[in-house]
Amino acid sequence: MIDAELWSLFVNAALVNNFVLAYFLGICPYLGVSGRLDSASRMGAAVTFVMLIASLCAYGIHQVLTIMDARYLELIAFIVVIASTVQLVEMFIRKTSPALFQALGLYLPLITTNCAILAVALFQTQRSYGFVESVVFALGAGAGFTLAMVLMAGIREKLRLGAVPDMAQGTAITLVLAGILSLAFMGFAGIGGET
Amino acid sequence: MAEGLQEVVPTTGAEQFQAGLWRQNPILVQALGMCPVLAVSNTAVNALTMGLATASVLLASALVISSLRRIIPAQVRLASFVLVIATFVTVTDMLIEAIAIDVHRALGAFIPLIVANCLILGRMEAHASRRPPGAAALDALGMGGGFVLCLLTLGSLRELLGNGSLFGITVMPQGFEPWVVMLLPGGGFFALAGLVLAARWLSRTPARQGARP
Repeated sequence: MIDAELWSLFVNAALVNNFVLAYFLGICPYLGVSGRLDSASRMGAAVTFVMLIASLCAYGIHQVLTIMDARYLELIAFIVVIASTVQLVEMFIRKTSPALFQALGLYLPLITTNCAILAVALFQTQRSYGFVESVVFALGAGAGFTLAMVLMAGIREKLRLGAVPDMAQGTAITLVLAGILSLAFMGFAGIGGET
Repeated sequence: MAEGLQEVVPTTGAEQFQAGLWRQNPILVQALGMCPVLAVSNTAVNALTMGLATASVLLASALVISSLRRIIPAQVRLASFVLVIATFVTVTDMLIEAIAIDVHRALGAFIPLIVANCLILGRMEAHASRRPPGAAALDALGMGGGFVLCLLTLGSLRELLGNGSLFGITVMPQGFEPWVVMLLPGGGFFALAGLVLAARWLSRTPARQGARP
């Protein structure tokens, strides 16, 4: 029963309410880094990782600020704590595992205060998820982001072989592709149960 | 992020203001701050509120940051910028909640998300932190104006085609079949793609040739 609920939460965050294609979060990196397949999948992994950290931080902050009765500070606290935690983890990874840093490191500073990351923190607070739910939600959101990113990168690699009108090159054609992907993702509606 | 934003520095105040409105339009030309643009532009009212909220945060933070530009140490400037922006966003969020609770509910988490709008941080880094308050305010007004205009156009377009209404008032004739797709996420992407294309096409005409960045 509980497992089924968590599974539906994961599917919802990853597919039905995909962060990029249904909520339009994290569009900047989505348009910017989706040019090549390998960088796109690394970016996806980095985002998932930061989302997980952000979710843990946000859970802690929410608990503390609720006790202190200072919820108006939530937004500022989220931003500052998430950004500094990511910086700390980045330094830690650089020291302990150069290989992992090579894979993720480049993108970490870029995404620390990305709107998709902040949204994970805000949504889980708004919907008052518990600890396990928060972690599952963050993982689902990250998986969804990675999926959307990899799909887009695959299409754009193929697209380089096609003839795109000069004027539509770049932003415009990517937006149209995202629109089509978003319509396709609507087909998932309902498989995760209601939100 | 800011290195990519180097631009021709406009000389007069009026030029500075106009740059944000069209030539350097944050959404159409620089492709910054897209997330809220797409998410809340399904009706004209939401789009206008979001645009005004973002523009006012931009203006207020630009004023504060450019006044403090000699005090903020370079090492922690980004953190300080974010702190200032987050403060103004919290204020704006509470203000909208007090004035228009319905719109606040419709926009949901997207008002707090203004903090993460890369347009604002980008302007602070590239402009406000290097200019006196007057110039920074003009730039913020221009950029904010361009943002509001773009958002309002997109919101009106989507509401008009998707719902047959404008600001909640039905304007399309009786027999009009609403294009439901325009209200869905996919429609947002298509509409913005259309706007970007239109802007490129307009700036290609001979009169604008020299103005292209």
